[in-house]
Amino acid sequence: MKITKKTFPIVGMHCASCSKLIERGLQKTPGVISSNVNYGSEQATVEIDNNVTEEDLGKAVEQIGYKAVFEKEKPANELKEEIKKVELKKLKLKVIVSSVLSIIILIGSFSGWNPVLLLLLTLPVQFWAGWEFYLATWSGLRNRAASMDTLIALGTSAAFGYSVSSILGITEGVYFDTAAVIITLILLGRFLEARAKAHTGDAIKKLVGLAPKTARIIKNGKEIDISIEKVVVGDKLRVRPGEKIPVDGVVVEGFSSIDESMVTGESIPVDKLVGSSVIGATINKQGSFIYKVTKVGKNTLLSQIIEMVSQAQSSRAPIQRLADLVSSYFVPVVLILAVITFMAWYIAGFPTAAFTNLVAVLIIACPCAMGLATPTAIIVGTGIGAERGVLIKDAQSLETAHKIKTIIFDKTGTLTKGKPVVTDFSDNSILSIAASLEIGSEHSLGEAILERAKELKLKLKKTTNFRSISGKGIEGKVGGKMYFLGKPDKRNSEIENLEKEGKTVVVLVSGIKQIGIIAIADTLKEGVGEVVSSLGKRGIEVWMVTGDNENAARAISKKIGIKNVMAGVLPGQKAEKVKEFQNVAFVGDGVNDAPALASADVGIAMGTGTDVAIESAGITLLNKDIRSVLTAITLSKKTLSVIKQNLFWAFGYNVVLIPVAAMGYLNPMLGAFAMSASSISVVLNSLRLKKIKL
Amino acid sequence: MDKIIVSFLGVGLIGFIAWFFFGKKDDAVEATDSIEVLVDGGYKPENIKIKKGVATKITFLRKTPSSCLEEVVIPDFKIKKYLPLNKKIEIEIKPEKSGEFPFSCGMNMFHGKFIVS
Repeated sequence: MKITKKTFPIVGMHCASCSKLIERGLQKTPGVISSNVNYGSEQATVEIDNNVTEEDLGKAVEQIGYKAVFEKEKPANELKEEIKKVELKKLKLKVIVSSVLSIIILIGSFSGWNPVLLLLLTLPVQFWAGWEFYLATWSGLRNRAASMDTLIALGTSAAFGYSVSSILGITEGVYFDTAAVIITLILLGRFLEARAKAHTGDAIKKLVGLAPKTARIIKNGKEIDISIEKVVVGDKLRVRPGEKIPVDGVVVEGFSSIDESMVTGESIPVDKLVGSSVIGATINKQGSFIYKVTKVGKNTLLSQIIEMVSQAQSSRAPIQRLADLVSSYFVPVVLILAVITFMAWYIAGFPTAAFTNLVAVLIIACPCAMGLATPTAIIVGTGIGAERGVLIKDAQSLETAHKIKTIIFDKTGTLTKGKPVVTDFSDNSILSIAASLEIGSEHSLGEAILERAKELKLKLKKTTNFRSISGKGIEGKVGGKMYFLGKPDKRNSEIENLEKEGKTVVVLVSGIKQIGIIAIADTLKEGVGEVVSSLGKRGIEVWMVTGDNENAARAISKKIGIKNVMAGVLPGQKAEKVKEFQNVAFVGDGVNDAPALASADVGIAMGTGTDVAIESAGITLLNKDIRSVLTAITLSKKTLSVIKQNLFWAFGYNVVLIPVAAMGYLNPMLGAFAMSASSISVVLNSLRLKKIKL
Repeated sequence: MDKIIVSFLGVGLIGFIAWFFFGKKDDAVEATDSIEVLVDGGYKPENIKIKKGVATKITFLRKTPSSCLEEVVIPDFKIKKYLPLNKKIEIEIKPEKSGEFPFSCGMNMFHGKFIVS
C-alpha cells in the first residue's frame, strides 16, 4: 500500500485546542495513518493510504465544524470570499465579547472597583481580542516596518502597562477602561469597514455571476446538456427562448432577438440572423437557434470584461502619489510625535497628562483612511462604469477623462452609423463595374456599392490586378479594362452639389476619363446632436475628423452642430492631428483609429469595435451608444470628486486631530472612535458613487 | 532630575525610531527567472532586481495573519492578488521598460520594488 503525505489549509480555527480537535477528527478517518494540525500556520498535514480521497478528509474536518481547503477545489476569488466570511465571523465574536467586557470595565472604573478585578476583565480584551495587533506589530518590527497595528498595540499596551504598574504601586491612575474601549472600538471599526469594503467589489461579483454553468451541445443529431467547461471552439450549441447564451459564437441556424444589456449595457434587444455573432451570458428573448462556438474560457467577451475591470481596479491613479508618499513615512513620524508629546507634557510638569496624551496621539492617527481614499473610489467607479457598458482600462484614464478640454470624434462609425448606402449613381453599368471592383471589399463604401448592386441583381465580373491605394481608392482590371474607383480629382457641378448635401462621391475612371459617379451617404447615430451640444455646454471643444472632403464633412458637421472640422485627413494622419491638441480625448472605432486612440490623453473606443482599438483605448463604450461619452466624463468627474473628498478628509483629519490630541484636548477613547469612524466614512463615501446619476 | 532623564530618553528614542525605520538599507536581491517573496510584516526581499524583457516568476507566500498584508498590488503591471495565508501565489511579470516599479500591500502601508535593468 502506498502512503502519501498531504498538506492543506484549515479555515476556522480560533484557538490551539481546535487543532487538537481536528487532529483527532482526521485520525478517526479510515486510511489516515497520522495527522498533525498546526494552529499557527493553519495547516493540516496527514499521512494517508491511497484509498483516502480529499473528499473524505474534507468531510472529517467539516464534521467537527471547520473547513479544509483543497487547492483545486475553488478559484482564488471564491476562496477569498470564503476566508473573508470566516474572518468576519471571528471578528464579530471578538467585537461582541470585548464590547460586553468593555462596558463592564467602564462601569467598574467609574464605580471605583478593585483595580485587580478590572485587570482580570481587561486581560481577555487586551490579549485575546487584541492579539492580532501584537502579531502584526511583531512581524512588522522584525522587518523594520510599522503599520496601524503598531500604533494600536503600543497605545493600548501603554495604557495597560501603566495601569498594571499602578497596581504594583509604581505609578498612579488606572486606565484599563481606555485600553479595553480602544481595542473594542478599533475592532468594531474593522468589522464595519470590512463589511462596507466587501460591497465595493459588487460589480465584479455581478459580472462573474452572469456566466452560465451549462450548455446544450448538438452531437450526432442529439442535444445533450454539458458543463460549460467542456465546451470547445467549433461546437454547435442550441439556445432556446429565455435561455442564457453559454459562450461567444456565430449563429448558424435560426434567428432571434437577444438582450445584451447585462454585458454591453445596450438596452434595446439586438436581432440576430445567420452569421451574426452572439455574446456569452446574454439572454435569448424569443427564437430558438443554433450557433457555432468561436470563443471559450478566458477568451470570451465576458471573461475579458471581467479581466479588464479587475485590472483597472488594480491600477493606481496618479492623484494617489501624494498619499503614497505620506503613508510611507506616516507611522514612524506619528511615533516620534507621540514621544515629543510625552516629553513636552512631562517636562511641563504633568506626568499623567503626558501619558494620556501620548496614548491619544498614537490612537488618533489614522493611516488607513489615506490608504483607502483612492482605491475604494476607483474600484466602485470602474465597477459602475462596467455595469453601464463603459469599460475603463485603468485608473489613469478614469482620472484624466474629467480634465479634457477638447474632444475629437472620428466621423464614420462614431458619429455616423458607419453603414452608408448608395444614394445616387450614373447608371447600372457603372454600378456593376464599381461593384465588381469592390468584391471582397471590407470598406464600408465598398459594402454599400455591393449591397446596392445585389439589390438591383446586377451581374458582377471578375477583377484582376487589384490594388488598393490608401486614402485614395482602388484600381483593377474588369473585363480586360483598367478602372480606378475612388475620390474625384476634379469636381464638376454635379459632384459639388452632391457633396454639399453631405454625400461622399466616388468616381469611376477609365484611363484618364471619368466615366461615372456614385454618391454614398451615411446616417447619423441616435443622440449625436444631444451629445455635441451637451459637451459644448460643459466647455469642451468638439472637433470632427474625417477622410471626407471639406464640403462633405461640413455638410455632416452642420447637421450635427459641430463647428470644428478636420476634413481630408488620411487614416495615418489622425494620430498626428490628435497630438496637436492638449487634454484631448479621441473617440473612434476602427483598426486605423488605434494610433489616434493611443495618442490622445484619453482614447475612447466605440462599441464592440476591433480588439486593437479596445487595446489602445483607455475607455471602451461597449454599448456602442455615443451618449456614453457623456456618461464616461460624468463618471470620471464624480469619481475624482469623491477621491478628492476622501483625500481631503483623510489628510485633514490627521493634520487637525493629531495636534489636538498632542495638546491634550482629546480623550484616547474618543480618539479610537474618531479613528474608526474616519476609515469607515471614506469607504462609505466611495460607495456613495453607486447612487450617482449618470 | 527625572525631567532631564525623560528628555534624554525621549531624544534617544526619537533618534532610535528614525534610525530604525528610515535607516533601513535593504540590498536588492537579484531574481534570475524566479524568486520567492516572504510576506511577513513586510516583504522579504523588498527590493528585487529583474531583467528587462525577461518573464520572471514571483511567488508570494504570506506567513502573517495580519489582514494588512492580505493583498499585494503591483500597479504598473495592473496586478492585484489576494494572498491566502500560507499559500504560495505565483505571478509572472515581464517588464518591457527599465526603471523602478513599486509594489505594496492593498492599503499601501508596506512597500517593495522591482528594479528593472
